[in-house]
Amino acid sequence: MAVIDLHMEMREGTAERLKRRLPLAVLRRTLRTRGAGFGLVVTAVVIFMALTADFISPYNPIAQDYALVLQTPSSAHLLGTDELGRDVLSRIIYGSRVSIQAGLVSVGFSVVMGVMMGLLAGYFGRWVDSLLMGLADAMWSFPNLVLALAIGAILGPGLTNAMIAIGIVYTPLFARLVRGQALSVREMEYIQAARVMGAGPVRLMLKHIWPNVASAVVVQASLMVGVAIIVEAALSFLGLGVQPPQPSWGSMLKSAYQYMVRAPWLSIFPGAAIFLTVLGVNLLGDGLRRALDPRLKEFGEA
Amino acid sequence: MSRYFLRRAIQSIPVLLLITIITFAIVHLLPGDPALAYLGEAAAKDQVAYEAVRLELGLDQPLPVQYGKWLGKVVQGDMGRSVRTREPVTDGLSGRLPVTFQLALMAILFAVVIAVPVGILSAVRPGSRTDSVGTVFAISGVAVPHFWLGIILIYVFALWLRWLPASGYKSPTENLGANLQYMLLPALTLGAGQAAVIMRQVRSSLIEVLRNEYVRTARAKGLRERVVVQRHALKNAFIPVITIIGMQVGRLFGGAVVVESIFALPGLGRLAIDSIMFRDFAMLQGAILILAVAVVVLNLLTDVLYAYLDPRIKYA
Repeated sequence: MAVIDLHMEMREGTAERLKRRLPLAVLRRTLRTRGAGFGLVVTAVVIFMALTADFISPYNPIAQDYALVLQTPSSAHLLGTDELGRDVLSRIIYGSRVSIQAGLVSVGFSVVMGVMMGLLAGYFGRWVDSLLMGLADAMWSFPNLVLALAIGAILGPGLTNAMIAIGIVYTPLFARLVRGQALSVREMEYIQAARVMGAGPVRLMLKHIWPNVASAVVVQASLMVGVAIIVEAALSFLGLGVQPPQPSWGSMLKSAYQYMVRAPWLSIFPGAAIFLTVLGVNLLGDGLRRALDPRLKEFGEA
Repeated sequence: MSRYFLRRAIQSIPVLLLITIITFAIVHLLPGDPALAYLGEAAAKDQVAYEAVRLELGLDQPLPVQYGKWLGKVVQGDMGRSVRTREPVTDGLSGRLPVTFQLALMAILFAVVIAVPVGILSAVRPGSRTDSVGTVFAISGVAVPHFWLGIILIYVFALWLRWLPASGYKSPTENLGANLQYMLLPALTLGAGQAAVIMRQVRSSLIEVLRNEYVRTARAKGLRERVVVQRHALKNAFIPVITIIGMQVGRLFGGAVVVESIFALPGLGRLAIDSIMFRDFAMLQGAILILAVAVVVLNLLTDVLYAYLDPRIKYA
């Protein structure tokens, strides 16, 4: 008996140590993919910008100065000024907050809703499955941006509502993913064993099925962050996301579009910020995908 | 084959029904009063006229009844009248539909023309310079936002080089040449992201097919590499590519919303945005519904095409 206890203890010790080392190992394997290092650096810079905007931004992003309207880039204003004399660099630095928030929160929302939907459908099967997956298919049939626009219009303008709208739109993606995995795991012997031992549906779903689908969800989520950033910027560009005077990359492009002839730099910098950020996040996500699951498909659906 | 088509068509009926429910729900959850929008600001104070309009639009009835009546009419091709222009919604939609379809079609064509050759070259010589350039293009193509690319293309080709018009639209029946000039930049903008996704798929599925035994046999027979790729590998590699193109349709229509706004094209996407801004509920309902139904129909056609091309799928 004592020997068995000792064995158990040793095995638990190893598991504990493995658990602690796991994030580091995943990171190391992630960085093995070409471009993932670049992605990590870009993502880190954008997050740093978002966190320290109050300190590193050279000007107040909403301070208007009519003496300095539409200035070309100079040493005083590295990226120039906009139609209200506001410093473009400062607005881009503050705008990173919106994009990072939009990317993380809306995808987080999709994950929570989608995982619940998928687990319920995959676990209960039958009519629950048909109903939930029918709903997911129907939602997925609407062009994503159109659905996001319509939901955004219902909820009203603003960043929070835009994030909810994007979260709802991409929920079916995660629901489908989790449901498929849950279906395949459901019939495995260890699930049957847990059921025989008296585990209820909630415990089975969260303790036994979820850990099996988690890594696929993490991978898909990391690939969707870039998509969410673009969709939020598109909503702001179309006037439904972040409202003036709060700076966001999408709404900066919206107003810059009207000054394209006189001030092309106004369009170039916010767009480049979106492009680089999404590029970085995608490269990092791609590395994560290869590190966690080499069988998954390339690129997320947008 | 036709039985398979029929079965798939019947399977999509519940999804279509759910789509109508979601469309109806979205529009009825929108803030604002359709009757007020219909009357306009001036007449809004007239209580009698207000009640009359509510009655006319059926707004006094419970929602499920309204939905049933609406669906009954939609099936017969009657989607009501626009509260803004007073024209029948179906007229408004049928005028806009060809613009969006032309845009989508040109974008896909453009994407395929670029993506397929580059994808094939990358797959045949993985790690070559073409492959690297292709990979960079594919990764960038997915990350670049439509609205930014559109602005840059306008800047370069319309304002700077003055080769193409910046925005606007001419009907192809009126003047095909001018129509193509107006549609070229929007199609390039919309197609770039598609090209990236299609190229990735061509590359990865061709690489996979080239690993097969039968390809090795073909090579062992002494066939030239060109013949092996063209005659033996490509056909099989294209099956998943077609699925990807079909699956991208929804994304294409979503992108059309942005692209049509930037280039001032009178398509369905812009109609949807305008309808949201002007609280034109009936028109919005029609625009959203027709876009979603188009996605379902095109996905159905893709599935059938897929089954036709891939003999491993039984269509009994």
